[in-house]
Amino acid sequence: MKLDAQIPSGPIEKKWDSHKFNTKLVNPNNKRKFDILVVGTGLAGASAAASLGELGYNVKVFCLQDTPRRAHSIAAQGGINAAKNYPNDGDSVWRLFHDTIKGGDYRAREANVYRLAQISNQIIDHCAAIGVPFGREYGGLLSTRSFGGAQVSRTFYTRGQTGQQLLLGAYSAMMRQAAAGTVKIYPRREMADIVISNGRARGITVRNLVTGELENYSGHAVLLCTGGYANVFYLSTNAALCNVSAAWAAYKKGAGLANPCFTQIHPTCIPRSGEHQSKLTLMSESLRNDGRIWVPKTKGDKRHANEIPEGERDYFLERRYPAFGNLVPRDIASRASKAMIDEGRGVGPTGLSVYLDFRDSIKRKGEDKIREEYGNLFDMYHQITDENGYKVPMRIYPASHYTMGGLWVDYNLMTTVPGLFALGEANFSDHGANRLGASALMQGLADGFFVIPATIGGYLGGSKFEPVNATAAEFKAGESAVKNKLNKLLAIKGKKTPTEFHRQLGNVMWNDCGMGRTETTLKKALKKIPEIREEFWTNLALPGTSMEMNQTLEKAFKVADFLEFSELLVKDALERKESCGAHFREESVTPEGEARRDDANFSHAAVWEYKGEGKEPALNKEPLVFENIKIAERNYK
Amino acid sequence: MNNSKHFNVTIRVWRQSGPDEQGRMVPYEVKDISPDMSFLEMIDVLNENLIKKNEQPITVESDCREGICGCCGLVVNGEVHGPDEHSTVCQLHMRRFKDGDIITVEPWRVRSFPIIKDLAVDRSALDRIIQAGGYISVNTGAAPDANSIPVNKDNAEEAMDSAACIGCGACVAACPNGAAMLFTGAKISQLALLPQGEPEKQTRALNMVAAMDCEKFGNCSNEYECEAVCPKDIKVSNIARMNREFMLANLFSKH
Repeated sequence: MKLDAQIPSGPIEKKWDSHKFNTKLVNPNNKRKFDILVVGTGLAGASAAASLGELGYNVKVFCLQDTPRRAHSIAAQGGINAAKNYPNDGDSVWRLFHDTIKGGDYRAREANVYRLAQISNQIIDHCAAIGVPFGREYGGLLSTRSFGGAQVSRTFYTRGQTGQQLLLGAYSAMMRQAAAGTVKIYPRREMADIVISNGRARGITVRNLVTGELENYSGHAVLLCTGGYANVFYLSTNAALCNVSAAWAAYKKGAGLANPCFTQIHPTCIPRSGEHQSKLTLMSESLRNDGRIWVPKTKGDKRHANEIPEGERDYFLERRYPAFGNLVPRDIASRASKAMIDEGRGVGPTGLSVYLDFRDSIKRKGEDKIREEYGNLFDMYHQITDENGYKVPMRIYPASHYTMGGLWVDYNLMTTVPGLFALGEANFSDHGANRLGASALMQGLADGFFVIPATIGGYLGGSKFEPVNATAAEFKAGESAVKNKLNKLLAIKGKKTPTEFHRQLGNVMWNDCGMGRTETTLKKALKKIPEIREEFWTNLALPGTSMEMNQTLEKAFKVADFLEFSELLVKDALERKESCGAHFREESVTPEGEARRDDANFSHAAVWEYKGEGKEPALNKEPLVFENIKIAERNYK
Repeated sequence: MNNSKHFNVTIRVWRQSGPDEQGRMVPYEVKDISPDMSFLEMIDVLNENLIKKNEQPITVESDCREGICGCCGLVVNGEVHGPDEHSTVCQLHMRRFKDGDIITVEPWRVRSFPIIKDLAVDRSALDRIIQAGGYISVNTGAAPDANSIPVNKDNAEEAMDSAACIGCGACVAACPNGAAMLFTGAKISQLALLPQGEPEKQTRALNMVAAMDCEKFGNCSNEYECEAVCPKDIKVSNIARMNREFMLANLFSKH
């Protein structure tokens, strides 16, 4: 596998501009002759479809929900970063770049991250222009808040629903193109395979989730905007339909998959209440602006939170990280909470949570002000737990949330398969080993609104395309492979449901490859996963047929892929014998218990290459070169 | 939490195998329910049992399960999104019910939302309303600095109140006339309240109202049911604003 990141030469500040200038253009009249297939309608997919449609490309968009307005970007709460420096607090493109590289524990590609920081400001401009109702000050200008891993206030927001408003903005821009005829939307379709012709991605096979029919679509480029794979842990903050299947299909068709072990555990989620739990609900990181995280100083203190006096509370983040306090990056906050719980100082009925307390900020600012800023989050907390966060501290516990790993892409967002692009959370490029809060929305929209419209022309304008249509042999072959897989699933007629297998896998992943990983636990997982997979293929219960709306079949299809992908994730975790960002190998820690990187051996992206069914995947490495940032031990003290 | 005992309920669910098939209510017993379960988790438990018996589970749509994606939508005991105020059915918890309860579960029943299977309906008509004008026509890359256009904070807040719509269709399901006026009015209001939306506000109002009629949604007769069930507490004043915008557009639009 050849890994050429296509990073433009020249100083980092000029790379993107000079790249845009040097990239081939497609004549405006020729753009409509190119068919672009976009899979997924989250921030990345919807914004890509909109901006490519605006340019005149012929875009087809696919999503598995009933409408493209529901993708899980919608659930992002807190905000979106940009280096506007409106608050005059010393922010700059350079600082956002620096914070993002450092936040990612020096495992991201400099050139991509710098570009992201540059584009961040344009995103805010564009979103304000298309009607996103950002929070504002009384003077009418935009308001910002602080997020983890930064000492400036650069996070723009729309109450606690920033993801929703940005997604609806991108969706509306896409619907405008649907009206203009440049974008055609295919909802209720799940991508089942990617079609390669003459070494290039030329189409996709999708399953129509209403009729069950397999449909083929041909095009000149395929954009996977299919999100992350946090649901490999079964319980996560992701929506029920989020899955790894599209990325996994791409991997099997030759796309390198990078750093799958970089999975983010979010510190502030509502704790689980029982076996029946189907998902975990996130409480926005923005709450850490005003909430203080603590546990009792003594083990097993069973008193009501409000009865524990100040002197007997341990505000452990403020104690351990005085400079950043409650606003340390997510990986650090999650691990610190886990350490307290492991010490036996966890709170709540299960002991598996820590307090997030608003008492002091309510005293300082008043309950009304807190309600104005976070009201919907307090309501949500109340709905789920039946507790009033204004009166008693909230209880929180870390949960699987976001995946930094994903399809390897070059500077143009193209995977190792020509013509196959990956945008947003589906790619690996910008967040290294840990993503900072409010940076996912930034990256999704940067990729879709600003990067892909500029880079796709270079691919389309730079190559000749032989005609391919959806009845070609390659499509028929792909279609029958999918059909076989569906029939195989339906023929098992066993006793265990897809959800039971998923839960079983999730337990293994969380316990053996979760917040803390060791060689022993990872090897244990590598033994257990194939056993679950084997049972899955012999004992799966799956009623109904493939030629109807069949949600159990959809679920089984996803779980089958998770059962293969999870093994690669664990292998990657085992191979990376250092701790970095969210990847915490307990063998590699500093004397203070923090993650210890091993730059001499692991300053690279680990890119996995599929070698065929039952064969060991090959590991390729893209070395990371830091020319603009001095790498150091991450320090938030 | 978790201090009350597990209990049993009976749910009567609408089963319909396809759009043109005859549907009927089917009773199921669901045992050992925890009060901390969400309503959809209770249906999960039932569905898991049906799958194990090789019976078709109930088709029910949900995705985020935290009340923001707008995917879920059920009529529980005759109430749209269930008994809790301003929440979606995925946010409803079983602590609202007690041992022995018989709970009826039905899909949205709206002419413009045909049933696909069991509790799943086709709400694509709402997308077509947005497609008719629920946007601001600005191409990517052309925008001025975001702070070059100040927006009055009260207007921005009010626009956000309208923008909070999750597109679940509850307003339509609750309306005796099957009207989509709260949905449409919310989008028209959001964009009319912002200076960015000003240039297109007349054509937007005309086109979106026309699309709404074209999809055979009904008209408003001031029942206020939509506001009562809206999970995001969107007010009927949005309908008033839509009517005003529509009337002004009819009087003054050059189109």
